[in-house]
Amino acid sequence: MENTQYKQEINITPELMTRINELIGHYPDDKRKSALLPVLHEVQDAHENWLSYPLMDKVAEILNIQPIEVYEVVSFYTMYNQKPIGKYMFEFCRTSCCAVRGAEDLMDYTCEKLGIKEGETTPDGMFTVVGVECLGACGYAPMMQVGDFYKEHLTKEKVDTIIAECREGKINLHDK
Amino acid sequence: MKVTIDGHEIEVEPGTTILQAARMIGGESVPPAMCYYSKLKGSGGKCRCCLVEVSKGSDANPTPMPKLMASCVTGVMDGMEVKSISSPRVQEARKSVTEFLLINHPLDCPVCDQAGECDLQNLSFNHGKSETRFIEEKRTFEPENIGENIQLHMNRCILCYRCVMTADQLTDGRVHGVVNRGDHSQISTCISKAIDNEFSGNMIDVCPVGALTDKTFRFKSRVWFNKPFNAHRDCDKCCGKTTVWMFGNEIQRVTARKDEYHEVEEFICNSCRFDHKDVNDWVIEGPRKFEKFSVINQNNYTRKLDKVTIETEKQILLGRDQDRKKISMVEVPLKNTENSKS
Amino acid sequence: MGRKILLDKINIPGIKTYEVYRQNGGYASVEKALKTLTPDEVTEEVKTSGLRGRGGAGFPVGLKWSFIDKKSGKPRHLVCNADESEPGTFKDRFLMEYIPHLLIEGMITSSYALGANLSYIYIRGEYMWVFKILERAIKEAYAAGWLGKNILGTDFSLDLHVHCGAGAYICGEETALIESLEGKRGNPRIKPPFPAVSGLWANPTVVNNVESIAAVPWIINNSGADYAAIGIGRSTGTKLISASGHIKNPGVYEIELGLSVEEFMNSDEYLGGMMNDRPLKALVPGGSSVPILPAHLIYKTANGDDRLMTYESLSDGGFATGSMLGSGGFIVYNDTTCIVRNTWNFSRFYHHESCGQCSPCREGTGWLEKVLHRIENGHGRMEDIDLLWDIQSKIEGNTICPLGDAAAWPVAAAIRHFRDEFEYHVRFPEKIKNRDHFVEEPFEKVRHLIAKQTV
Repeated sequence: MENTQYKQEINITPELMTRINELIGHYPDDKRKSALLPVLHEVQDAHENWLSYPLMDKVAEILNIQPIEVYEVVSFYTMYNQKPIGKYMFEFCRTSCCAVRGAEDLMDYTCEKLGIKEGETTPDGMFTVVGVECLGACGYAPMMQVGDFYKEHLTKEKVDTIIAECREGKINLHDK
Repeated sequence: MKVTIDGHEIEVEPGTTILQAARMIGGESVPPAMCYYSKLKGSGGKCRCCLVEVSKGSDANPTPMPKLMASCVTGVMDGMEVKSISSPRVQEARKSVTEFLLINHPLDCPVCDQAGECDLQNLSFNHGKSETRFIEEKRTFEPENIGENIQLHMNRCILCYRCVMTADQLTDGRVHGVVNRGDHSQISTCISKAIDNEFSGNMIDVCPVGALTDKTFRFKSRVWFNKPFNAHRDCDKCCGKTTVWMFGNEIQRVTARKDEYHEVEEFICNSCRFDHKDVNDWVIEGPRKFEKFSVINQNNYTRKLDKVTIETEKQILLGRDQDRKKISMVEVPLKNTENSKS
Repeated sequence: MGRKILLDKINIPGIKTYEVYRQNGGYASVEKALKTLTPDEVTEEVKTSGLRGRGGAGFPVGLKWSFIDKKSGKPRHLVCNADESEPGTFKDRFLMEYIPHLLIEGMITSSYALGANLSYIYIRGEYMWVFKILERAIKEAYAAGWLGKNILGTDFSLDLHVHCGAGAYICGEETALIESLEGKRGNPRIKPPFPAVSGLWANPTVVNNVESIAAVPWIINNSGADYAAIGIGRSTGTKLISASGHIKNPGVYEIELGLSVEEFMNSDEYLGGMMNDRPLKALVPGGSSVPILPAHLIYKTANGDDRLMTYESLSDGGFATGSMLGSGGFIVYNDTTCIVRNTWNFSRFYHHESCGQCSPCREGTGWLEKVLHRIENGHGRMEDIDLLWDIQSKIEGNTICPLGDAAAWPVAAAIRHFRDEFEYHVRFPEKIKNRDHFVEEPFEKVRHLIAKQTV
């Protein structure tokens, strides 16, 4: 199970710690564990979008829970990544409503353009393409999620533009 | 409160579950239970083997419950009427659950140490079919080493969560849990940590299948070749009351004492279980009887059985007279009275 | 023009911000409730309104509130279910994104009715930008004195926070949502005890959908009776419908319950008819879990009545010829859609989203997906169709939570209404090799191939 081949530098900055404490403050004092999901999001965002076991151990320490409790949660929810991924992860919704509006073709197009298969990352570490289940944008299909945001009503041309903008560093991933 | 199960009426305390009431009645009405464990808080409700039909909710509200209910987590109401073995719906549901539990199971009983005392084996014996409708590739997991004493075979696991609850309730600092989701859920420590806690061995006893077995007993013997004896020793960590499983004069395995529902009477420590395999460590009290109908009991030596001579035995065990004496196959039940009982 | 209750102010510029929302009558229901009504009177109004849970199950909201255990003396909580994940549904996101203060106002008024002093909005993790919108809106509401201690100088205090999930459909089930809110895996709990008795941190808890809570301010500002006057029979008020698929104008629409399906589908005010004017083939009226309807059962029920957008009319005929209003995820399919592929798609979704806790769902959803995948890819056997039917019937009703049923129903309905398409896949594997097989050659054109041969 262990991913020892990937190393991650852990850096809980004071700003991140302030944010973590703000989130913990949303729950009663004896229910720190409740903050686990939001805290993991923040920690993951600050660590190149993935969580190594040592990093999860750190979160366990902050919340005063057993490491296994963090592993159980991280592996249950799809938004936490347990290995390094591309800087820009294109998550294409491929559930029915998007599928009937051409999501599968568009994902194939994107993969081809980037020279990778679904689930893979480009060698330069810039892009990952994955197919995911319903993201709640059925009326705006086809669509994909990049970072915290949705890119909707996609066409091949729009995908081209987004890829170009990513390469130029013009795409914001998070709304901080 | 009064509850009727398959026509048997019984008075029980408020807060009793249907399964507990059925166990008080005993016999064929007792639903099978793969995940419920009376000694573990919060267990039950997951495997769905114990589904029963509530044909009358209570005296106050006699409406039948539309869905089948998990008897292990459904409390009885005064005047409730329950159908267990007498309901075709229930029988059908048990068959379905058995099929679901088996589709991805490796069916490796011939090499599984749990065989003979396995709840899943008993369940499929009673509710299973001999052929499968599942032609897809079975799900498998990467093997994981969880330490010196306990062997984890994830492919056999039915995700009853008993071992997780054992670790939560008996030990401090649980290091294993259920990770991943859906049909890829698995028992794991994630980082190949050994599960070594003085009471971790109890995970083996609570496991209903061969997912967690005793490494110190691995491939030593089929369980039905062992003679179980109640034994005890002075132990500063646990009650010291165990069952020792003997092969001749050798103690091959030590377990907690289990009742007719395969539940331990008292949990024991790892030292008793793994480190005391010398006969001189123990005060042997006498043979351990098993009530529960299962494969292991077919040949239990504590039962009074006629002597049967196996004509070919001499040749099969040629030159192994020592072993022959150790194996408790001197008598096997073949009499009609024995068969009709089951 | 249908009446708008939730979206009537959606086009006011800046309605996202506190100032504009307040200038347009926002937070009036909090003032009215806290200053002139008792908590029980608020609950009573909601009961009178006949408002039914908008998350899918349609359970009366007022009744649910009245179950909350007020005697135990334990703290109570209101949790808003914004874990909108049902394929075809995206209405809550629309509401929260464009008029976040409406939800916050609803949360305050509803928390007051329940006597909850600590409430949460649980939003799915993928809606991260909406999470941030709500976080800011909550800060604005605190700053303006609508949240915190002694709101409006009364002795009612409320802390409200937004909590994000991280990608799990199952967390839309209320007990799984509570587990997730406690920082655990989203495994549904065994019921009873129901959350109204033992929910979040074992305290009495009510979990309501975003749209349900957003309807409360209007009910309090006007009256329960006014709300009940809208709609037909037990389907009172307005409902947000998320429309998607092969239609001209996909999007979120607020309709008065009782509108006919035909008008909703074809009028320019709503969906504007089929995209590219292709023929209508099937409809999933309430999110992926509800049974799919074939073309002849969409505008008319089996006994020839007009099909209406109400809880009752959409379920008219039971599962044999009806469906459900569900969460209002209205997915329209034209003749290029392959029902087998679509059913496989849904099954893949449920397989992916099963929590893995109970055996029928854990094992059964995977089995369904594998068999459907085989059929869709030309490796099906005739007996697989009956096998699918059997598997789904064994999952349904035997699981801990309704996800098992939700996985079973679409498969059952597809086989019930489109069995010939499954047979076609089995008999003509060459013709379905391409995933767009019905785009060039819709099923209607090849249906004759599987007609029963007469001897």
